[in-house]
Amino acid sequence: MSLSTVETLSSRTTGSQDASIVSIAKKNARVSRYMVSPSVLVLLLWMIVPLSMTIYFSLIRYNLLYPGENEFVGFENYEFFLTDEGFFAGMGNTLLLVGFTLLITVVLGVLISVLVNKAFWGRGIVRVMLISPFFIMPTVNALVWKNLLLHPVSGVFAAVWTFFGAEPIDWFTHYPLTAIIMIVSWQWLPFAILILMTALQSLDQEQQEAARLDGAGPWALFYHITLPHLARPIAVVVMIETIFLLSIFAEIFTTTGGGPGYETTNLAYLIYSQALLQFDVGLASAGGLIAVLLANIAAFFLVRMIGKNLTEA
Amino acid sequence: MINSNILSLKNSRRLNTLIIGVFAWTVALLIFFPILWMILTSFKTEIDAFATPPQLFFTPTLENYALINERSDYFHFAWNSVVVSFGSTIIGMLIAVPAAYSMAFFETRRTKSTLLWMLSTKMLPPVGVLVPIYLLFKDFGLLDTRTGLTVIYTLINLPIMVWMAYTYFKEIPKEVLEAARMDGATVAQEIYRVLLPMSKGGLASTVLLSLILSWNEAFWSLNLTASAAAPLTALIASYSSPEGLFWAKLSAVSTLACAPILIFGWISQKQLVRGLSFGAVK
Repeated sequence: MSLSTVETLSSRTTGSQDASIVSIAKKNARVSRYMVSPSVLVLLLWMIVPLSMTIYFSLIRYNLLYPGENEFVGFENYEFFLTDEGFFAGMGNTLLLVGFTLLITVVLGVLISVLVNKAFWGRGIVRVMLISPFFIMPTVNALVWKNLLLHPVSGVFAAVWTFFGAEPIDWFTHYPLTAIIMIVSWQWLPFAILILMTALQSLDQEQQEAARLDGAGPWALFYHITLPHLARPIAVVVMIETIFLLSIFAEIFTTTGGGPGYETTNLAYLIYSQALLQFDVGLASAGGLIAVLLANIAAFFLVRMIGKNLTEA
Repeated sequence: MINSNILSLKNSRRLNTLIIGVFAWTVALLIFFPILWMILTSFKTEIDAFATPPQLFFTPTLENYALINERSDYFHFAWNSVVVSFGSTIIGMLIAVPAAYSMAFFETRRTKSTLLWMLSTKMLPPVGVLVPIYLLFKDFGLLDTRTGLTVIYTLINLPIMVWMAYTYFKEIPKEVLEAARMDGATVAQEIYRVLLPMSKGGLASTVLLSLILSWNEAFWSLNLTASAAAPLTALIASYSSPEGLFWAKLSAVSTLACAPILIFGWISQKQLVRGLSFGAVK
């Protein structure tokens, strides 16, 4: 760069140019405000319109089997929903499903991503295999696990059990929720691996090397360097997975239909079955609002816990 | 003395690499096994598919694939999946990129809370609004239409798209945009000429994730479509009530349903691995 261009460049940013830059920036800021609005607007509509309808439905009697009887019933639907035995089962199952899946995917995800972060032969193929389940649609996932893997007679698990001289387990009869947790964990483990693997790539190698020279063992390295580095990505995994796991539906729909009894009914499935199997829209709406409320409580804590961390880029 | 020490160190390193390799391959094969098994089963006869113990070696047959095409029109469902996934991703990007741009470069006091609020709309369990959406769709004639499903997918993926794009834009130094602005670039030029080329990789991962999520979405597609607009997820669910033994056929239809997105994912996995950080890595 010649001296004269430097001079022109520096002169451009001084004096009268300043004013025009400020005005351009102001104009752009104004334009930019209009650019957020489509997103905000559609999401606002998406939230407010159906939600207010749900509130209205939850306060009236509204059963598709008895049309025309839509009188105002106050909080009767809520009372019904909250005292229904399905509600506590649904709550419990939702918590178990989300909690155990998070635990399994995060713990295994950390271990596996640390493992494949080392160099070895065929790492590319290993990675592809590890993240593949993420591309499988939940309905396929559920049916393959139910019929090909967990089937008590012809499933692969049964064969393995028999091979070791054990009695094959009828998963969906005796441990239905465990089976669902296995299915869902298999689906979401790749997501954890994907994010944690990306994060490990930015781990400071020199820092690790220095620690190693200082005599830190592999466990100390993992605990003091790797794990703290993964704190943020783990928070991201927990947050995104929670969002999706709270409303797990297809896996239950295609395997157990919520049963036996209420054993695999989560809140999402409970409300679905009331609305579309029992046609009680009023009750389902009350349930939907309670689910929204609970999700908001969860969201509040999640955002408190990690949201602050995330936007501080 | 020193030489032999280095040599043994080298050897132990090599041994370590070997052990790690074997271990990693075992884990990967275990995790990949269900997919492999599904593909294998799809080439078995129904009798082989139900055999105990399960057979690893068998005479492959294509009859399941032929039967699938007779029983249900695979391409009809596949086309619906393609249209809805790509449609919602394109519309979503058109809305999300400008929003992320202004949030990343013209931050106000409200920006962070807006972003978190957007994410919180994803926390709403879809069942909470299923009935109203169903009724609205009925009134507007959107039930079982690709348009309706596209609208829904756009809305449910929008928050994640805005967030991802926002984190990528955040990494671009403001000075670059200011330089373009000084040269008299308009907002549109700024985005199109400077921002998009600089965040190509990140935006590509955003597009990828949106495609994957839309392709595999199964709540709204099961509840809002019947046949005309039903995507592949709904086709699979229709195979969930068994009429006798038909696992080979189930595997074949599942393989067909997953193959496009799986291959797509494999091709773009490098991009995904690099780009899917959600701003988690500084």
